[in-house]
Amino acid sequence: MSTEEAPLLSVKDLQTHFFTDEGLVRAVDGVTFDIHRGKTLGVVGESGCGKSVTARSLMRIIDRPGKIVGGSIMLRKPRNDGSNQIDEIEIGELTDDGREIRSIRGESIGLVFQEPMTSFSPVHTIGNQIIEAIQLHRPLDDRAARNRATELLTMVGVSRPEERLDELPFQMSGGLRQRAMIAMALACEPDLLIADEPTTALDVTTQSQILELLQDLQEENGMAVMLITHNLGVIAEMADDVVVMYLGQVAEKGTVDEIFYAPKHPYTKALLQSIPNIYQPSRVELPTISGSIPHPYNRPAGCPFHPRCPEFMPGTCDVHVPETLVSPTGQHVRCFLYTEGAVRIDREEATAGKDASQ
Amino acid sequence: MLGYIIRRALFSLVTIFLVSILSFAIIQLPPGDYVDSYIAQLQASGTPVSTSEAENLRARYGLDEPFAVQYGLWMRQVLRGNLGTSMQWQRPVREVIGDRLALTMVVSVAALVFTWMIALPIGIFSAVRQYSVADYIATTIGFMGLAVPNFLFALVVMYIGWSVFGLNVGGLFSAEYELQGWSFGKFLNLLSHLPVPAIVLGTAATAQGIRVLRNNLLDELRKPYVVTARAKGLSETRLILKYPVRVALNPLASTIGYMLPFIVSGSVIVSIVLSLPTVGPVLLTSLQSQDMFLAGAIVLLLGVMTIIGTFLSDMLLLLIDPRIRMED
Repeated sequence: MSTEEAPLLSVKDLQTHFFTDEGLVRAVDGVTFDIHRGKTLGVVGESGCGKSVTARSLMRIIDRPGKIVGGSIMLRKPRNDGSNQIDEIEIGELTDDGREIRSIRGESIGLVFQEPMTSFSPVHTIGNQIIEAIQLHRPLDDRAARNRATELLTMVGVSRPEERLDELPFQMSGGLRQRAMIAMALACEPDLLIADEPTTALDVTTQSQILELLQDLQEENGMAVMLITHNLGVIAEMADDVVVMYLGQVAEKGTVDEIFYAPKHPYTKALLQSIPNIYQPSRVELPTISGSIPHPYNRPAGCPFHPRCPEFMPGTCDVHVPETLVSPTGQHVRCFLYTEGAVRIDREEATAGKDASQ
Repeated sequence: MLGYIIRRALFSLVTIFLVSILSFAIIQLPPGDYVDSYIAQLQASGTPVSTSEAENLRARYGLDEPFAVQYGLWMRQVLRGNLGTSMQWQRPVREVIGDRLALTMVVSVAALVFTWMIALPIGIFSAVRQYSVADYIATTIGFMGLAVPNFLFALVVMYIGWSVFGLNVGGLFSAEYELQGWSFGKFLNLLSHLPVPAIVLGTAATAQGIRVLRNNLLDELRKPYVVTARAKGLSETRLILKYPVRVALNPLASTIGYMLPFIVSGSVIVSIVLSLPTVGPVLLTSLQSQDMFLAGAIVLLLGVMTIIGTFLSDMLLLLIDPRIRMED
């Protein structure tokens, strides 16, 4: 992690909760990470652990009844006037649907997501939707905006771009639509591209094409990418830094090498073990993480991972909430296995209990 | 696209033909015919009618011929633009219902315009602010609008108009214009009388429209393309009107077709209560007296209106949904 330049985006203790009739869901519960210019941050975790909600919080596009209830999202946006000044914008404090947040959406942060099938309006042409994205932030007339849209489609490798602009989404294949989606997200050259499972709905060949495309585009214009996926292979290939999320919290965070070669959190280890390995002897059952993600209304006390954890320490993990620990190299982990303090406190309590009973 | 239009037009013609057979058959379903009820009427007033007289009458109207022949005779006239002679009024059907048909169309269109002017904004608002106080109010009023019978609502409106505002809200014209020919003054007078029947006739359809639009829109608002549009930086108002509302209009456009005749046929009792000079009351009396040419003409026209309405909504869908345009 570079320390000389301030990160493009700093998320601190972000909390996004959903106030449903059935109860409170802490979809994002104290998430902290930085995204640096030109780097890719991978966010991994099982479905329902708050990856997408985190991403959408950054753009303030959480659907009701969700709400950001705490923390800070600091965007460092360079001024457009050519001076080297950088504006610090606290995204969490902007008014909903106000001019400022709208000028960040699409202009500073672009979004690509999972379902290329339904991410375009079915009744407007691809061109109409891309040109709209351009004209929202750039003072271009129709002709110039159309030229720019053609340029964008060429850039993402769509053949016959001029004709494609007049086509409707249903006339294009999934891979083509995802390329068009990326083109639309990049329309105004955002500083940060959030790709929320951009390849999940695509076949394997198309997946690798789309990932390569993202890498090429990033090299060309130096944008930051926040890549959300549950595919660790994709993370290994694409990411510089990795955040491992579990139940709305960051379980572990570090460089891609740290996460893959020196994982600390039992959850990260379990995730890595459940990747199929081509060198594995055949007919051996693939290890899985036992149990499933707890029901959101029924969060376990203490460390949220303890009911599924192979290294569960009774009396500690199910009672206390682990603190985030930072290693000298900057790797973050939230687990009692590495906390001397928590174990000591636990012993003290145990002896205190013994004293009382005597 | 042209193929689509031609296909739709051909289907419409075939349907009109079938509707004409059906409407003629339905008119003939009740036992007896016009002559029977005419004789009963004369006898009730003390004038006896001989059998030969009755036979003469039947022969004159062709009532003794088999169904197919009667239908053939009727269709030959209709195709020539002659809807036959009303037995009850002893005048050509066209004269009896001509003006009324035009006024019916005017009232129906006014009711449709009222329906959409109210249903569109409230439906959109209700969906966008789901479960807000305003949504609950709109929903409650909507259900009441659906549940209260039209004629009762008409009576209430008339009573309030008369007791609170001192207005006589019946009819489509004031007394001084009633028998005059058409003039600009009469036109203005018609406009000033239109709101009450439009509201009374359009309320049920409005309530239905609000519900349908709200549900369609709620489905659409959850679709990813709405998030995409929001992520572009589009303002909420523009976004909702451009994307989900446009998609949610699809099922609505296809219902316009049958709203037209629904308003006409559903308006019989309301027309009587509000003493509107529309075809509804005429249809009722013609059915009572078994005046088959008059009733047949009205039922046929209602059928044709349904088909034209359906054709129009098909054309409207063509405009709204480019996916249909891209077919064939």
